[in-house]
Amino acid sequence: MSRLLAILFHQGVLDEQFLQLQQLQDESSPNFVSEVVTIYFHESEKLLRNLRGLLLDREFSDYKKMGIHLNQFMGSSSSIGAKRVRNVCVAFRAASEQNNRAGCLRALELLEHEYCYLKNKLHELFQMEQQRVLAAGVRYPLHQQH
Amino acid sequence: MGSNSIVSNRWMSEKMNCLDLSPNSNSDNEEEEVHVLAVDDSFVDRKVIERLLKISSCKVTAVDSGWGALKLLGLLDDEEEDKSSSSSSSSSFSSSAGFEGLKVDLIITDYCMPGMTGYELLKKIKESSSFREIPVVIMSSENVMARIDRCLEEGAEEFIAKPVKLSDVKRLRDYYMATREIRSVQSSSNVNKRKLQESFDVSTSSSPPSISPSPSPSSASPPSLFSSSAPCSPSSLDSPTRRIKMTSFD
Repeated sequence: MSRLLAILFHQGVLDEQFLQLQQLQDESSPNFVSEVVTIYFHESEKLLRNLRGLLLDREFSDYKKMGIHLNQFMGSSSSIGAKRVRNVCVAFRAASEQNNRAGCLRALELLEHEYCYLKNKLHELFQMEQQRVLAAGVRYPLHQQH
Repeated sequence: MGSNSIVSNRWMSEKMNCLDLSPNSNSDNEEEEVHVLAVDDSFVDRKVIERLLKISSCKVTAVDSGWGALKLLGLLDDEEEDKSSSSSSSSSFSSSAGFEGLKVDLIITDYCMPGMTGYELLKKIKESSSFREIPVVIMSSENVMARIDRCLEEGAEEFIAKPVKLSDVKRLRDYYMATREIRSVQSSSNVNKRKLQESFDVSTSSSPPSISPSPSPSSASPPSLFSSSAPCSPSSLDSPTRRIKMTSFD
């Protein structure tokens, strides 16, 4: 496990579900993790936009709709092992169930912050992985010289 | 990182010992592959479950809704999309266009989906005479006991807590392979799984049980599959299949 990944585990940003995803990556599906994470990013940003749109609407009252978005966000976050993001969603949902708008706004800010941090770190992780693969390729050319 | 199931897997290995899984058993390689229909509205989850199944040597068809699943199976006429009477779903197999539904061995579906929930999909499948024998597994990120009970009562094979792990899928595949032969025997001898279950309840005695609680071999089963010991009888599969994978409750 790389040092960055270890740090992210230690911080609780990622959990063992992320390791599970890595286990699903192999020669037949060499970019599986980054593909899933890319889908996760697209979906998450859409959900965040929806949440923000709902909450900032002066006449907002549809907590149920917000709950649906949050459930989706929670589900996909848990599927990729994004533990901290998921936990913020849980708190966000609790505030939403109490119709606590101020609490929801605070949770949204925190959620956006955690999501940004996760996204940056995962990008870093993938970049490091790419560099590692390239470096390994230079040092150990595949198949041709045997 | 073992399985998180509460009930041990000992029954499973006993089952495996009873069955003849040698390569020269009747079906050829194509039929050996389990074809799973995965239903989930989340793109992320569909991608993950697809990969989990493929890595476990299953053939996968993934769809994003209950209605999509019913359409693929061929359980849906054009009129049914208007959600008229539910009774019309019981016997329809192919639509008027003569479309033959997809043949699947196992259905795994998310519980929380817009439009039609996994529970509603489960009900429709179990109400269909052509499809009720297909095992249905429910996935959910929330372990609500009432939800779990409702699904199992409706005939779900198992209820798996999300996020789904490789060990869950492998266990499912092994279970499916192990019970495949039993399933074909059951359907040919016209034994409904629910009847077996009722026969196991102490209270019911009206329907003649094909598997009695005492360890005597049943007449409905071929002798090679079942020894006289209880763990190999199909009815005991019902209780272990209620295995609920509990992750930590938040």
